[in-house]
Amino acid sequence: MPGPADPGFDTLALHAGAAPDPATGARAVPIHLSTSFVFESSEQAASLFNLERSGHVYSRISNPTNAVFEERMAALEGAVGGIATASGQAALHLAIATLAGAGSHIVSSSALYGGSHNLLHYTLPRFGIETSFVAPGDLDAWRAAIRPDTKLLLGETLGNPGLDVLDVPAVAAIAHEAGVPLLVDSTFTTPWLMKPVELGADLVFHSATKFLCGHGTVVGGVLLDGGRFDWSRAARFPELNQPYAGFHGMVFAEESTDGAFLLRARREGLRDFGACMSPHTAWLLLQGLETLPLRMARHVDNTRKVVQFLAAQPMVAAVGYPELEGHPSHALARRLLPRGCGAVFSFDLKGSRAQGIAFVEALQIFSHLANVGDARSLVIHPASTTHFRMDEAALRAAGIGPGTIRLSIGLEDPDDLIEDLKRALKVAEKAGAGAAKAAAAKPGSAA
Amino acid sequence: MKLVVDGREVYAYTGSKPFDPELPVVVFLHGALNDHSVWTLLARWFAHHGHAVLAPDLPGHMRSAGPALASVEAMADWTLALLDAAGIERAALVGHSMGSLVALEAAARAPQRATQLAMLGSCVPMPVPAALLELARHDPLAAIERVIVYSFSTLAAKPSYPGPGVWLRASARSLMRQVLAHQGNPMLFHDDFAACNDYAGGLAAAAGVACPATLVLAERDQMTLPRNARQVAGVLKARVRMVPGGHFLMAEQPDAVLAALREALAPAATVAA
Repeated sequence: MPGPADPGFDTLALHAGAAPDPATGARAVPIHLSTSFVFESSEQAASLFNLERSGHVYSRISNPTNAVFEERMAALEGAVGGIATASGQAALHLAIATLAGAGSHIVSSSALYGGSHNLLHYTLPRFGIETSFVAPGDLDAWRAAIRPDTKLLLGETLGNPGLDVLDVPAVAAIAHEAGVPLLVDSTFTTPWLMKPVELGADLVFHSATKFLCGHGTVVGGVLLDGGRFDWSRAARFPELNQPYAGFHGMVFAEESTDGAFLLRARREGLRDFGACMSPHTAWLLLQGLETLPLRMARHVDNTRKVVQFLAAQPMVAAVGYPELEGHPSHALARRLLPRGCGAVFSFDLKGSRAQGIAFVEALQIFSHLANVGDARSLVIHPASTTHFRMDEAALRAAGIGPGTIRLSIGLEDPDDLIEDLKRALKVAEKAGAGAAKAAAAKPGSAA
Repeated sequence: MKLVVDGREVYAYTGSKPFDPELPVVVFLHGALNDHSVWTLLARWFAHHGHAVLAPDLPGHMRSAGPALASVEAMADWTLALLDAAGIERAALVGHSMGSLVALEAAARAPQRATQLAMLGSCVPMPVPAALLELARHDPLAAIERVIVYSFSTLAAKPSYPGPGVWLRASARSLMRQVLAHQGNPMLFHDDFAACNDYAGGLAAAAGVACPATLVLAERDQMTLPRNARQVAGVLKARVRMVPGGHFLMAEQPDAVLAALREALAPAATVAA
C-alpha cells in the first residue's frame, strides 16, 4: 500500500524534536537558559505540578532545549523518549537508581568503561546493590548469574577497551526470559552504527560527551527507554507497577503503558538526585547531532585506514578491531555492526613499557588525553589512566595489557594520521634499540 | 480501579483519584489497539477538576480481560454495562477514533444516560482501506508502522505527551506493540479496524443522540479526514473544534484538546435528563 515514508536517519538528525521557534521564527534551536517558566495562571501551575498537563516548570526536571535533544536522540535510537543528564555516568546511575535499591542485584559485562566498573564494583555495594560480572560473550554465564533479586543486565555495545561486541539479541533474550530488562551503553557506536532497541535492548544510555557531541566541548549524557518492556505485570518491579508515595500514590505503569520507566526516572531520579544537563550543553550536543551521520561515516573510514596500516607494522603485536578476521567478535560485528565498528580501538605495541611511553609522547597530531569521540584524534594508555584502579586480573579480563594503546580516530586527513603513527613507531623502535645498547654497555651485563 | 462487566474483569484508570460516582462522570474510550494511557493527562485534569473519571481498557486490550468485542455496537452495549457496574446512571462519553464511534453508538442506544458526547479524531462512516485491513490481518507490526506514518503531522510536537522528552511516533508504536502482545491476540488490530470499517449505523445513531455533542478534529488528520465528519456533525448539530495536529491529537496537541474538552464538558453544555 503506498504511503508517505517515515523520515530517514539523516533527516531526523536535523529535524526531530525541533521546529522554527513560534515566538521569534528562529530556525536554529534557541538556548533556553532559564531556570523556570512563567505560569499562565494558578490553575495551570497546579495542573503542571500534578501532571494534568504537559510542559516545563523548572529546568532540573525539564527544559525546552533539553527536550529537543531528548526527543532527537529518542528518534535516532527508535526509543520512546529520553532524559538528558549531566554526564554518561549520571545517565547510568539514573537508570540503576530508578530500578534498583538496597538488596538489588545487577549482572554486568566485565568489559566496561573504567568509570562504570568503579560505580558497580566499588560504589554501589555501599548502597546495597551488588553486581556479578560476566564475560560479555559467555551467554551461559549471563543466564547463570541472574538471581531472583536481579533488576538489570548491563553491557556495552562495544566493550571498552577490547571492543568485544555485545550480542544484544542473545543477551536481551536471556534477560527477557528471566523478566529482566537489558541496559546497553551505546557510547562507542552511536545510533548511526547500531540501534540497540531494534535488536532487543530495553534501555540505552550514552556518554554524549563523545561522538554525539563530536567536538570535545561538553560533558553530558542521555538515558533512553525503548518502551518495549512490559512493566505492568513484572513482580520484580514494584517501583513501576505499585503506588509511589513520593508522587501521591502514582502507579507509573498505569500512567504510561510505554513510558513508565522514563516517568519515574524523571519524576524521582532527576527530581531528587538532580544530575540534570545544562541547556547550553544540550544546544552544543544538538549541533553535534546535526552532523552525526557525516562524522560517523568519516570516523569509520579513517579508522579502517589506520587499522590497516597498524596491522602491517612489525612493531605492532596485535590490533583489536572487530572488522579484522582475527578479532574474537568478528562474526558478531559483521552481523550487528554492518556500517562499521566505530573509531575507538586498541593495539598492543611490542617492546617495553618505556617504548610505549615513547610512542605516545612522539605523536604530534594525536592528543594524549582521557576522552574519545572527538573530531581530533586521541591517544591514551589505559592501564595507567582510565583503568588504573583495576588489578592485574581485572585488566586481563577486560583485555588490557601493559603495552595496550587506545586510539580514538578523528576526522583529520587519514594520510596525516598514518604519517604521525609511522613517526611515533620509529621513535618507539629507536627507544627499544637504545635501551638494549645501554643494557649491553652496562658494567657486569651478561651481554 | 477494577470492575466486573459481563463476568469479566475490567481495568479503568480514574485519573489518579478515587472514583466518586456522586460527581459528574466522564468516560474516556480509546481507539484501535490503544489503551487508557492515551487519556492520562485529560483524565487527570478532569479528575482533579470536579469530575469522576473512568478511562477503561476495552475488553481484550491490555489490562481488561478478553475476548475483544467484534463490533462497535457490542462495545457500545459493553460501555453501558460498564456504567451499570460502576453504579453510574449518566456520564459524558468521550471517544477517540474507534472509541468515538463507540461513544456515539452508546449515546444513541441510551440517550437519557449521556450528558455530553465528544468525538475526537473521528469521521462517520469510518472506512478502513482494504489494504490496511489485510496488512493488519497478516502483518500487524507492519500495519502499526503504516498507522504511525499516517497519524502524526509533525516531527516536533510540543510540549509532547505525557511530558517533554517523548518522541511521539515511537511512543505510539510501543503502545500498540504492547497492547498487541499483552494478551497474545495477533488479530486484535485487524478486529478493531474491522469493527470501525463495518460500523454502518453511525449517521442513524447520530439522529438518536439527545445530548450536546462536540467534534474535536485535527486539521492534518490523514486517518479520519475532517471533511468526512461534516455529515455527522450536521446530524448531531455538533460544535466542531479544529486543532492543528494529526490523528493522535491528544498526544500532539494536549493543551488544545483540553481546551476543547473543557468547553465540551462544561456544565452549560449539559441538557436536563
